Amino acid sequence: MRRFAMMLAAAAIGLAGGAALAAEGPAAPEQTWSFAGLFGTFDRAAQQRGFQVYNQVCSACHGLSFVAYRNLEAIGFTADDVKAIAAEREVTDGPNDEGEMYQRPARPSDAFVSPFPNDQAARVANNGALPPDLSLITKARPDGANYLHGLLVGYGEPPADLTVPDGMYYNAYFAGHQIAMPPPLSEGAVEFADGTPATVEQMAEDVTVFLSWAAEPELEARKRMGVKTLLFLIVFTGMLYAVKRKVWMKLH
Amino acid sequence: MSAPTFKNPLVRWIDHRLPVFTFMHHELNVYPTPRNLNYWWNYGSLAGIALMVMIVTGIVLAMHYSPDVNLAFGSVERIMRDVNYGWLLRYIHVNGGSAFFLVVYIHIFRGLYYGSYKAPRELLWMLGVVILLLMMMTAFMGYVLPWGQMSFWAATVITNLFSAVPLVGEAIVNWLWGGFSVGDPTLKRFYALHYLLPFVIVAVVVLHLWALHRFGSNNPLGIDAKGPQDKIPFHPYYTAKDLFGLGVFLVVFAGFVFFAPNFFSEPVNYIPANPFVTPLHIVPEWYLLPFYAILRAVPDILFIEAKLAGVIAMFASIFVLFLLPWLDPSPVRSARFRPLYKQFFWVFVADCIVLGWVGANPPVGHFIVIGRIATAYYFLHFLVLMPLLGKFERPQPVPASIGEPALKGGAAAAGARAKPMEKA
Repeated sequence: MRRFAMMLAAAAIGLAGGAALAAEGPAAPEQTWSFAGLFGTFDRAAQQRGFQVYNQVCSACHGLSFVAYRNLEAIGFTADDVKAIAAEREVTDGPNDEGEMYQRPARPSDAFVSPFPNDQAARVANNGALPPDLSLITKARPDGANYLHGLLVGYGEPPADLTVPDGMYYNAYFAGHQIAMPPPLSEGAVEFADGTPATVEQMAEDVTVFLSWAAEPELEARKRMGVKTLLFLIVFTGMLYAVKRKVWMKLH
Repeated sequence: MSAPTFKNPLVRWIDHRLPVFTFMHHELNVYPTPRNLNYWWNYGSLAGIALMVMIVTGIVLAMHYSPDVNLAFGSVERIMRDVNYGWLLRYIHVNGGSAFFLVVYIHIFRGLYYGSYKAPRELLWMLGVVILLLMMMTAFMGYVLPWGQMSFWAATVITNLFSAVPLVGEAIVNWLWGGFSVGDPTLKRFYALHYLLPFVIVAVVVLHLWALHRFGSNNPLGIDAKGPQDKIPFHPYYTAKDLFGLGVFLVVFAGFVFFAPNFFSEPVNYIPANPFVTPLHIVPEWYLLPFYAILRAVPDILFIEAKLAGVIAMFASIFVLFLLPWLDPSPVRSARFRPLYKQFFWVFVADCIVLGWVGANPPVGHFIVIGRIATAYYFLHFLVLMPLLGKFERPQPVPASIGEPALKGGAAAAGARAKPMEKA
């Protein structure tokens, strides 16, 4: 099956004629992801740790507006967990009977609350830079999961021939190597409930798993259905071939 | 072909008043088809099926989509996340577009190779070119609907082409946009037209099939049927063969839909449209890349500026196909018996692929040179090589009948049976 998929991909690359975007930065090193491949699934524990990283670190600046709190049940949180997670945030609702807008704790049916009311507010708070919404981040970048992981661990000292202006940071995998986002992860930035040591590498990996799920929540269902569909179609096509042979026998 | 007798009395009653069952019997059941069609003839029916799949998934998607610049991107994401099997519908529709173009391009190249555009099938061919044009318009407008970065910028680039028209260019572009930039009115009209045009395609497909059934399919030998022994009924022979082809097609298609659904898409289109940020490279979908390359290849020519010349060349690259039946004077249809054309055909295929590759890359350095050479060759093929080949090429002798080579190596009796009937 894997070989078949590779053959498909190879054939299609030939057809597409290199339609992919030219690389915008050096390619991030390839990681092994549990959700890759024909039978790929997300690692629930990594997803939940990744959510914790998003919730305690990334969400200070980045929204996740296409994901609702209720969706967290799909990565193994209970309904009560989800209720508690949502209730940590405030949303504006209304108007009420008096015609007033009011603040209330978020509910599981609400979308993730964005940290800024609008793009302008986000820019003012971030030195003019706009932290992108992360709902689709791994789909919106070529080789998204590897890129995101590379970006999160790619901070460091710039090479001698590159001067990075104030308010910018050197990153090995960002296009142009200058990024406005300060290094978001530091050793022990979160304390994982399952006792996993919160190294930068671990957090980068987990949050990438979580955001890959956020971008493609249908991935597991899609691949499960795909395997069944392909098996059926291959058998059915074999039978159609037999029918064709039988029908044409009279002629040949 | 006599009128069939139907067992079911209701069918008989209807058929007597509206002979739709007789029609279907003649056109789908006993419809005489050359016995020697190879698998390259599967792509016509595949294209028809692809069109149906696009229309069905498209109608359901339209039930959940909002054509508004503030809502479009989010409504597509809602389809992906909250609509039951919405991700499946959308991925089928998105990849279905690529699949539709792929099978149609193979269908067109098959027609080129076997001379299916020649008399008496010129109108059939021209209707096919009309379908291709309509498909391109439909696909382009569909690409705009998700209102991602590439949607917005593709719409901006392509609509701006019309500004190259002398004197009224600016006015045309504003008229197309419904404003002074690509915006909400543009999105709404593109949505309306994206819903309308597929049904226009269906209508032209009906004409295409009508013209096809007038003389029936061409065949790999490119010779006319000499008698009933050269033809077989469409059902069960080609229904069975087409169904098997459909099965193979669906295996490949499902591979993409379920395991690489974004293979043909640009990642940047998952970023909402932003008029203030231009993507690094603006590229159309793969199936329009060769035409995009032609558009960008042409330099200033005399008093015509490059932009206008490029637009003219791009439209000419499709309109030249309308003239093909008259540009190729060779009396032999199939490239099988045209030793020189056969080679130039493959050079032309390679040229189209080179154009696609150039179209996918920014127009800098050697891509400019290669793009210009490939564009020149594209027109050279149709306007110079085809007329010359038709005149000076010495085709090989064609077989006397379809049945003869098709039955060769089979039962000798069958060949013997075919012979006497030829003289009739």
